[in-house]
Amino acid sequence: MSPSVDWAALLPQIFLGGGSLVMLTLGTLVRKRAPWWLPNVLGIGLTLAAFGSVVWQWVRVQDPSRGAFSTIAGTVQIDGFAVFLSGVVVIAALLALVFAPFSIRRAGLPPEEFSVLLLLSAAGGVTLASANDLIVLFLGLEVLSIAAYVLAALDLRRAGSQEAGLKYFVLGAFASAFFLYGAALIYGAAGSTKLDSVAAALAAGAGSNARGMLLAGFALLLVGLFFKVAAVPFHAWTPDVYEGAPSPAVAYMAAGVKAAGFAALLRLFAGTFSASSADWRPAVAVVAVITVLAGSALGVISGDVRRLLAYSSIGHAGFILVGLESAGANGTSASLLYLGVYAFMALGSFAVVMVMGRDASGSQPLAAYDGLARRSPWLALGFTLLLLAQAGLPFTTGFWAKFEVIGAAVQSRTYWLAAVSMLGAVVAAFVYLRLVVRMYLVRPGADGDALASQKSGVGLADDSRSGDEDSDSRPPVAVPRSVGFVVAVCAAVTLFFGVWPAPLLNLAGDATLAVLGG
Amino acid sequence: MSDFLRSYLTVGIFALLAVIMVALMLTLASVLRPERPQKQKYISYESGVDPVGEGWSQSRLRYYLFGLLFVMFDVEAVFIFPWATRLETYGVFGLVEMAIFIFILALGLFYAWRKRVLQWV
Repeated sequence: MSPSVDWAALLPQIFLGGGSLVMLTLGTLVRKRAPWWLPNVLGIGLTLAAFGSVVWQWVRVQDPSRGAFSTIAGTVQIDGFAVFLSGVVVIAALLALVFAPFSIRRAGLPPEEFSVLLLLSAAGGVTLASANDLIVLFLGLEVLSIAAYVLAALDLRRAGSQEAGLKYFVLGAFASAFFLYGAALIYGAAGSTKLDSVAAALAAGAGSNARGMLLAGFALLLVGLFFKVAAVPFHAWTPDVYEGAPSPAVAYMAAGVKAAGFAALLRLFAGTFSASSADWRPAVAVVAVITVLAGSALGVISGDVRRLLAYSSIGHAGFILVGLESAGANGTSASLLYLGVYAFMALGSFAVVMVMGRDASGSQPLAAYDGLARRSPWLALGFTLLLLAQAGLPFTTGFWAKFEVIGAAVQSRTYWLAAVSMLGAVVAAFVYLRLVVRMYLVRPGADGDALASQKSGVGLADDSRSGDEDSDSRPPVAVPRSVGFVVAVCAAVTLFFGVWPAPLLNLAGDATLAVLGG
Repeated sequence: MSDFLRSYLTVGIFALLAVIMVALMLTLASVLRPERPQKQKYISYESGVDPVGEGWSQSRLRYYLFGLLFVMFDVEAVFIFPWATRLETYGVFGLVEMAIFIFILALGLFYAWRKRVLQWV
């Protein structure tokens, strides 16, 4: 009765999930209050251990004599795809933990709970990436999301954070219900919850006698997962949550939670349901187009940097959906590449946004970046690089990601999708360039509106009104070493692999999705 | 339409009947009943006593916390009962699994206890 367990396959979950539970218990046992940095350092250690085991799994999976394998009666599957996205989730948690201390200190986040929840969420993400069963997939999705809901609300003293947590929780619970109902209908149509059995049943024509049930199952699964990856029209929570939640949590959400949500989407649709791709491809194509266009257009009109980056993350989700739509190995590896490079852009960008702080109303107007290049040139340079990469400029990883995704769309002969997403990329470029222009060319206080909205800023300038026209009397932004490190790493990765993309392309190309029997 | 979906037809018909019944009775009542509106009739009913104060009231946070802890064990019971009815089939493996499950839930209770949620002060 008891299935055999390959513990090596579960090492990342053991480090992340088990480690965080031990941390939580020990934290309540010690009488004396632990120093605030201890949970953070422990969390970094655990994520490093998890990353080490992910690398080890990658070596094992890529070894041609061993290859992909499944364990626990075929419910967990370790293939290149699973290991790649586990790596992205773990890196997101790691870098978020590295630059979190600044936010923990300033906003007074509970340090222990922050680390524990981040690790638990990452454990859910890893489970989601390597799940080979609808039930395990749901389990991973819930562990991932529930921890993320609490992370969003962790800044207990700020009402905006609690609002973010509540919105994310209520809407996320809805989406989970959609997912669960979809999974039930797929089980009804295909007769199994195991993904390889479902794939075999679909290939054998299981859907033909219960076609309505199968299609409804696809639709509900898509709705549930579109919500998690913030695709339009299921995106409405994103700007509010990204604006209100603590920045390290937002960085993890944009990089890690999105990657895990796409892990489920890609494994289910590009993998398991590939036999009926004619049924779901039109729906994904429409959502991809709306997401790319709406994400870019709404970014243009938003006046808050956090909301702007939230809309930009919606736009990026649209591009990754373009990769999913092409429904092939090329499209999947293009989506994986995009998720990998976007994780670094998002983490770096939100680290910058974090040090720029909030004004009295809890927002961060675009004017906060006026003349940043003169005050803090290195910070401005790093942020510029990350923004240009998000815009998809050549010699950054963002260019290669967009190139691969659109190339996959062209290869699958959906030319209109490729054309419209290129148009969306142009519109989105305006959004990022506007911020860059503000950092380099706009003098602080040059326009009256910007000045008015800067009044009584917290992390922003307090004395900008008294400064004369020519010189900027605002002090440089204080950048702690941890934040500088994260921004530097993200910008370096973005630039280095943008100039020399071969290793990254090979890595994403090797991350194949296997449909194995248990 | 498959047999499986056809069996849902019964549910659909019942749902439709329920909607029709309610609509019919409400319309009939509004046509037949005498209607003499008075201000007092629109006050919310509180066992015949005039209502005092606001409709919103604050309740103590600890009720919420106890409710949350109750849900934890409620969910635990949902999983334990089906497991208990099939105890022989799952054997030692099931026993170990359930022990791990209860242990992790107990960690949550332990955390709540150490954070002084259980003190009723």
